[in-house]
Amino acid sequence: MFLAWRELIFARARFGLMGGVVALIAILVVLLSGLSSGLVNDGVSGLQRLPVNAFAFAEGTRTDSAFSRSIVNVSQAEAWKGRDDVADATPFGNVLVHAKATTAAGAEMPIDLALFGVDPGSFLAPAVSDGTGLGDPDGIVVSQTILDEGLAIGDTVVIDRLETRLKIVGTTGDQRTFGHVDVAYLPLRSWQQVHAGAGPDDEVREGAYEEATAIALRARDGNRIDLSGGDAAVGTTSMTLEESFGASPGYTAETATLTLIQVFLYAISALVVGTFFTVWTIQRKHELAVVRAMGASTGCLMRDTMTQAAVILTVSTALGFLMGVGGGALLTTTPMPFALETAPLVFAALLLIGLGLAGAAAAVGRIVRVDPLEALGGQR
Amino acid sequence: MTSSSTSQRPDSRRAGSRQRGGLLIEGVTLSLGDGDAMVTALDDVHLDVAPGEFVAIVGPSGSGKSSLLAVAGALTTPDTGRVLLDSVDISKASAREKARHRRERIGFVFQSGNLIPALTALDQLRFALEVAGKRASAGHDPRELLDRVGMGHRAGHRPHQLSGGERQRVGIARALVTRPAVLLVDEPTAALDRARSDDIVTLLAHETHEFGVATIMVTHDHDVLGHCDRVLSMVDGKLSE
Repeated sequence: MFLAWRELIFARARFGLMGGVVALIAILVVLLSGLSSGLVNDGVSGLQRLPVNAFAFAEGTRTDSAFSRSIVNVSQAEAWKGRDDVADATPFGNVLVHAKATTAAGAEMPIDLALFGVDPGSFLAPAVSDGTGLGDPDGIVVSQTILDEGLAIGDTVVIDRLETRLKIVGTTGDQRTFGHVDVAYLPLRSWQQVHAGAGPDDEVREGAYEEATAIALRARDGNRIDLSGGDAAVGTTSMTLEESFGASPGYTAETATLTLIQVFLYAISALVVGTFFTVWTIQRKHELAVVRAMGASTGCLMRDTMTQAAVILTVSTALGFLMGVGGGALLTTTPMPFALETAPLVFAALLLIGLGLAGAAAAVGRIVRVDPLEALGGQR
Repeated sequence: MTSSSTSQRPDSRRAGSRQRGGLLIEGVTLSLGDGDAMVTALDDVHLDVAPGEFVAIVGPSGSGKSSLLAVAGALTTPDTGRVLLDSVDISKASAREKARHRRERIGFVFQSGNLIPALTALDQLRFALEVAGKRASAGHDPRELLDRVGMGHRAGHRPHQLSGGERQRVGIARALVTRPAVLLVDEPTAALDRARSDDIVTLLAHETHEFGVATIMVTHDHDVLGHCDRVLSMVDGKLSE
């Protein structure tokens, strides 16, 4: 490492430029990672926080339209509940509505809601951090993000066209959104009325109270549910909770786009580092020949160069991530879906460093081909 | 300059039974290139350099001088013949073994010093010790050696801050710091003026005798040969008095 450190200091401008590029890429990676986490939260946090292992949708339902098209019969929950590997099963309703909220001060604001219809006594009933739980037919428990927008417990929400009035009775205390829309839990029976398009004074059509979007399934501890066996027996099409994320509007397209951009960034980073060390090795070819003529082993020279790569990648990635997190912290105060989560950031940093090292390793393979004979006769 | 005690073709019995230090090259042949382009770089070369002896090899470009250094320095493997370094044949050693011989027992002085740009004069010597896996020893301490070659006052300077002659002095000190048995010197005065050339070769001769190193210097510069113990001539791969 004797030479590695001294070369880092001596050629600090060159290494600094390369590190600067990596740091800029690291900033972009942080911002994209934050955006990715934010979009995931906005898209499916309402589903992620359900204590559910799988959903059973209507038979033949496609993933991309599962929550909007599927209609199951609530009695199918009993059929699922009777299966050995299922601990519990309960109907689950999901519908997106436009509404107007009226604050206690009398101000009106338009909002969109993802109405999650659940049986108040079931395992799907949300725990509340403030207010009361589900119970009243017109009482809703909402995502904390609704309260962050200016509403409060006790405020009223009126669903457009139906004029159904719902009252905020509690909050989950955390973000629960679905397809970028805030979630509001309401009793399944009230949800069935809304789903059937019946206003407060309308008669509910026959069969509406037998309907739900899907059957939420919970596995026995440590068990996986035999979904295909259950589907065959009950007449449903099931998917795991994670698979059902694809049914959130725009979720697959958004995450695929961001993933693609991130993959390109990682590839660019590896190429930048690989190209730098290729040029660096070519520039030092005569110097390396001299050092090899002095008897230095190839492994020793490669270790030196890889140390330089590791130092530059680690320092520049750390700097880039610090700046990215700083910038990202500002974004979290804006309406942009952005979330800084430790695990994805650590993974992204390690991936950036790992791929950079792979790029450098591919480049320094040239050291093996440096002939110490070139040290003789040359001029410097 | 003294007359040669070692002929171009030394007595094979004497060479074969040799058990002392220094460098002995026996019947070395080296061909370069392929097919019709094949040239004989070294043609049945014999050379015996004793510890503390300073041998110069002169000859025109392409005569095989650098090839001889390459063979003597375990940088290339001869087609035939042997290279004995302190009685150990290094010519057929593996690449790893050759590298070990180079770092432990062979010192190179290259044209223009061939110093490493990132290192100060003092660090050039420390790095050579690092590569050789050796510690500084009495008489071979990097600072002492720099003082000996008149570069103690420039210890903190990098190659681009040194003159050609200063770079060459540092190069000599770097080659000696690992206490080599053999010193191989490649055109040390190629980029120097007359006065500096004389200084450098005087220094090489002095250090060769002082440290008891077997030194081979290849050069075009006939003005510096007066400092050498022996001068050999190389033409078309053949070595002669």
